[in-house]
Amino acid sequence: MDEARIVRRGAGPRLWLAGGWLLLVLLAAIFAPLVAPQDPLAQDLMLERLPPFWLDGAEPGYWLGTDSLGRDLLSRLIFGGRIAFIVAFAAAIAACLVGSTLGLIAGYFGGWADRIISRIVDIWMAFPPVLFAILLVAVLGTGLSSVILAIAIIDWTRFCRVIRAEAMGQSRMDYVENARIAGYGRIGIMLREVLPNVLPSIVALLSLEMGIAVIVEAILSFVNLSISTDDPTWGGIIAEGRLSIHQAWWVLVFPLITLILTVLSFSQFGEALKTRFDPVLR
Amino acid sequence: MSACLDIIDLSAVLANGQRVLRSVSLTVQPGEVRALVGESGAGKTMIGKAVLGVLPSSVRIVEGDMRLEGEDLGRLQPKARRTLIGARTALIPQDPLTALNPSRRIGPQMTDRLVRILGWSGDKADKRVRQLLDEVQIREPDRVLRSYPHELSGGMRQRVLIAAAFAAEPRLIVADEPTTALDVTVQKQILRLIAELQREHGTAILFVTHDLGVVAKISQKVSVLYAGKVVEEADTATLFASPQHPYTRALMAATPRYTDPFASLKPVDETVLAGLAAEIAAADQAWSRPHG
Ligand SMILES: Nc1ncnc2c1ncn2[C@@H]1O[C@H](COP(=O)(O)OP(=O)(O)OP(=O)(O)O)[C@@H](O)[C@H]1O
Ligand SMILES: [Mg+2]
Repeated sequence: MDEARIVRRGAGPRLWLAGGWLLLVLLAAIFAPLVAPQDPLAQDLMLERLPPFWLDGAEPGYWLGTDSLGRDLLSRLIFGGRIAFIVAFAAAIAACLVGSTLGLIAGYFGGWADRIISRIVDIWMAFPPVLFAILLVAVLGTGLSSVILAIAIIDWTRFCRVIRAEAMGQSRMDYVENARIAGYGRIGIMLREVLPNVLPSIVALLSLEMGIAVIVEAILSFVNLSISTDDPTWGGIIAEGRLSIHQAWWVLVFPLITLILTVLSFSQFGEALKTRFDPVLR
Repeated sequence: MSACLDIIDLSAVLANGQRVLRSVSLTVQPGEVRALVGESGAGKTMIGKAVLGVLPSSVRIVEGDMRLEGEDLGRLQPKARRTLIGARTALIPQDPLTALNPSRRIGPQMTDRLVRILGWSGDKADKRVRQLLDEVQIREPDRVLRSYPHELSGGMRQRVLIAAAFAAEPRLIVADEPTTALDVTVQKQILRLIAELQREHGTAILFVTHDLGVVAKISQKVSVLYAGKVVEEADTATLFASPQHPYTRALMAATPRYTDPFASLKPVDETVLAGLAAEIAAADQAWSRPHG
């Protein structure tokens, strides 16, 4: 019991810090047109490579400075957050639904279903994921929906593997046997007895996957395979920042920090939620 | 009147052909407690699982009949069999922790079965569950019903499981070493509770144990199992007064007595084991001839 309490106390600040950052980015992304100080696409060569606000030569209203085309960095990051979050939510949820369902079926039913699903997972995992993503986007075409689809197609296996193992462990438990004796159907047992016990892991993986989707989207934008080049994306900004690192380091550093904080927050948030969700650890 | 449970010549094998149950026959009359004793690995749990229809997939029944209140389980369609077993039987398991779903509160776990399987109304199920919690002497039903399993002690959890087993008024309960996982003082209380509820509800119990002390306290009939074979069966009083089989006598000699604690250290005699091995081999040979 004492251990459980320690876990809970430990989960507190982690949950709030990570959740707070994610909420901040999420709100900024949703209300981007309202909160962004400038038009993210507006170029002004008079304002090129303005430094962030605490350095000499900064202009008010351009808090994090501008890039080599004079576009406001903060506004671009805020609008980039929109795309990052749309991709994160849509891709992670799609991967989660497919992967968790198949994992649950493989783990609980075992036998045949398990052999087929596990074999597919093995084949899937044989592809290096980034290469797989680039290949898929090349086939599906660039654009928001193909990026989402590509991430979901690649990463459902992550859910499938973990949930399969957990469901398998759960289905050997006596309470599952008890439910069978009582006369419940197999699907009913899977949903009522097994699913609640793997749910904390699903939640944690979902959050982690959102972070991964953010990274993958950034990588795809970085290699110019993501969304149309006009819309700002974090990966796109990083790619541009890399070219002007010596003249304007901030164009590279701020999006990197944003990206890393967001990805870390997603994984920490997931872990913290898991301990909250789990009645034994709670 | 037909027996509550009638097992006739039940044989089961593992995937590699090894026999785990060797022509087991046993009967449990309505309202009667039959103890099933034997050392670890004798197949006691297997028999319970066979009756409840939850044998592991690696174990296959190759011969024999099981009748639950006269209904031949082997002849029923799987669905009908499940429904019948669900309505007429229940299990009191060995480990009260893993037998409860850790992520669901006790209340719904207990009432669900009454509502979904027996079609009771939520109110009726709730009343019934509270009545049973009272019978197993749980004094704070509200707190317990709201709790998660890990929030209760082992003894409490076992009380909950006993209440759950009796709640649906089954005709037959399989109790698989229901006190083994508990500490000694709690063991006695739990045993007394099971005996009490059994008497009040008139439920037949197949009581699996390896403890002859428990057998003497709770049962009217005993079957002694060794290597999946019933080597002796008798009224409990008769068995203790005049055990017939050498293995039964050896078990009795190995049971601790308060007067002579060191008696418990006596292992089963070599010659008895050799005799048993010969008996099992003879039985297998006789069995494999028509089945080979
Ligand atoms: N899942 C399984 N698959 C294959 N064989 C099994 C399985 N479970 C048990 N067995 C074997 O079946 C035999 C009977 O086991 P069973 O669990 O019924 O013994 P038991 O009398 O209940 O013993 P215990 O007192 O230890 O509970 C043993 O030899 C055991 O090794
Ligand atoms: Mg056992």
